[in-house]
Amino acid sequence: MSLLGWRSCLCVWADGENSMGERGVIETKDLVKAYGKFIAVDKLNLRVDEGEIFGFLGPNGAGKTTTILMLLGLTEPTSGAARICGFDPTREPLKVKRITGYLPEKVGFYEDLTATENLEYIAALNNLPRDVTSRKISELLDMVGLSEMSGKKVGTFSHGMKQRLGIADVMIKDPKVAFFDEPTAGIDPEGIDQVLTIITNMAKQKVTIVLSSHQLHQVQKICTRVGILSKGHLVAEGSVDQLGRETIGGGKFRIEVQVSEPTSKLVKSIKNIKGVTNVESSGDLLLICCDKDLRPQIARTVVDSDSLLVQMKIEEYGLDDIYMKYFREQ
Amino acid sequence: MSGLMAIFWKELADHFSSKRFIILSLLIYMAGVATIYVAAQNIRSGVTETTQFIFLRLFIVSGETIPFSFPFFLSLFIPIVGIALGFDAINSERTSGNLSRILSQPLYRDSVVNGKFLAGLVTLAILVASIVVLVAGMGLRMIGVPPTAEEILRLFAFIFVSIIYGAFWMSLAVLFSVFFGRTATSALASIALWIFLFLFMSMIAGAIAGAIVPIDQNSSLELVAHNDEIYRTISRISPSTLYGETVQVLLMPELGNPSLTLMLISMYAGGMIPTPLPLGQSLLIIWPQLTSLIALTALCFAGSYIRFMREEIRST
Repeated sequence: MSLLGWRSCLCVWADGENSMGERGVIETKDLVKAYGKFIAVDKLNLRVDEGEIFGFLGPNGAGKTTTILMLLGLTEPTSGAARICGFDPTREPLKVKRITGYLPEKVGFYEDLTATENLEYIAALNNLPRDVTSRKISELLDMVGLSEMSGKKVGTFSHGMKQRLGIADVMIKDPKVAFFDEPTAGIDPEGIDQVLTIITNMAKQKVTIVLSSHQLHQVQKICTRVGILSKGHLVAEGSVDQLGRETIGGGKFRIEVQVSEPTSKLVKSIKNIKGVTNVESSGDLLLICCDKDLRPQIARTVVDSDSLLVQMKIEEYGLDDIYMKYFREQ
Repeated sequence: MSGLMAIFWKELADHFSSKRFIILSLLIYMAGVATIYVAAQNIRSGVTETTQFIFLRLFIVSGETIPFSFPFFLSLFIPIVGIALGFDAINSERTSGNLSRILSQPLYRDSVVNGKFLAGLVTLAILVASIVVLVAGMGLRMIGVPPTAEEILRLFAFIFVSIIYGAFWMSLAVLFSVFFGRTATSALASIALWIFLFLFMSMIAGAIAGAIVPIDQNSSLELVAHNDEIYRTISRISPSTLYGETVQVLLMPELGNPSLTLMLISMYAGGMIPTPLPLGQSLLIIWPQLTSLIALTALCFAGSYIRFMREEIRST
């Protein structure tokens, strides 16, 4: 990067900080990574706060891994800036690596060493004292359900077991931020469940987690927020509910009410509730669009009328729908 | 620093427990013992009352059953050991998916290269030193002539030069392991280069020298010397020539300068018996060869360093 370029991006950074106020654990400002003419990540602005589980979604080649590598200092950004807890991964890689854990997509271990020996090596690289190491390793292996395998060579492990060992490997240095690149790829449903439970427990200990995945149902289950990346752009960001309302419901809540005898009077009185924008009736079903969650008010209106309320549910948006909608539109 | 030492100890343990290394060392020990045994059997021939450096002769005499001397065997095996220690240093870590895991730990990237190189160097040093000491001890028992102080010093210099020679091949192999993604490619590239430099370089040098200064049986002494000078200059491109000359000067003190010119002059100047050079003079003669070897090693090391520091580390 030219001197001028670096300076200008510092300025941009300073501006951003003022407007954002408190610092996020992970922040990027116009982060760009180009391979020759191909732009893998294009002006990415991202912010993840402490204790969040941030789901990083997008098709293959969208730039998810490249972004993670830039955040870890494993590759240099072409331009823009990234900060992890205020440290620049390119200029202060050691400070960043001391507080971040990374589970790569294709994680590998030394197959000739046992699970414990592999973790001991990582602990040694982190300069952890020996007495702490052995206690911690047995705790972690217990946590990921591998304590019985601690003395076995990693070469004999299944993919799911290696993945869980990878999580123990990430945890050994007590990271503040953990990156998981496709942690559930290629493991069986039970294994996926185990992995996700462990990750959720990590987040409870105030570890900020970035998770890239294709398994939308799983991501939906545990992520507090998701970002959808497409061709290097962050096309959508927010909680799954919020994204669903914005992309599919046009920003509205949709409530489905089943009543015993829908009358036009009832429809009219529901329409009169403040915030309701539209009511459609088909048979005994009423489809109500409103600006906010008006279920209590609607329930009272139905009960006050002569009709009986059979059931009422608010429409929930699946990540699948949101995801497909984004990529169909393109 | 802690990261460097952790990598160093792990790599050292890996080397000494790897089958590859155990097989190679056994082979070298066997070859060493066999050559020294044959040398001890044949050492009586050519030894007169005035012969100096009898102990060193043990290392240069070859017999009829095994027509190679110990240094020749070593010059054959050291590159193989060097290559075996280095050819998969970086790319095997990458393909196994360990590299991105290791490099996301708080250590500088150079610690990985340094730690691996250092561990290889120590392994090499232990192997070379142990084999030379082993055969020296065996020779001592067999011929019963104790080495003089100078002979011991020359043997130490020989060990040192051999380690440097191995370090060159190791750093070359490490360089290839950084540049080539597959371990098979880097191994084959290193071995191909070794075969080229070891076997073909002298042939090429001979052909070029013959083309520039053609000689036949009736050529004048001057012309022959000129041809030899060109031949040697070209073949010195090959590190194996550099090593060969260095070993020759160290273990055959009476030979003096490895150049044919001086040998011919001393022979024609009235059939003088060549007097052995003192150690200091021998070292002075091999100084250019030794520094070239060290420089080549440093060059390969620097190359792998520069490439590795800027590389993107992907797990796939």
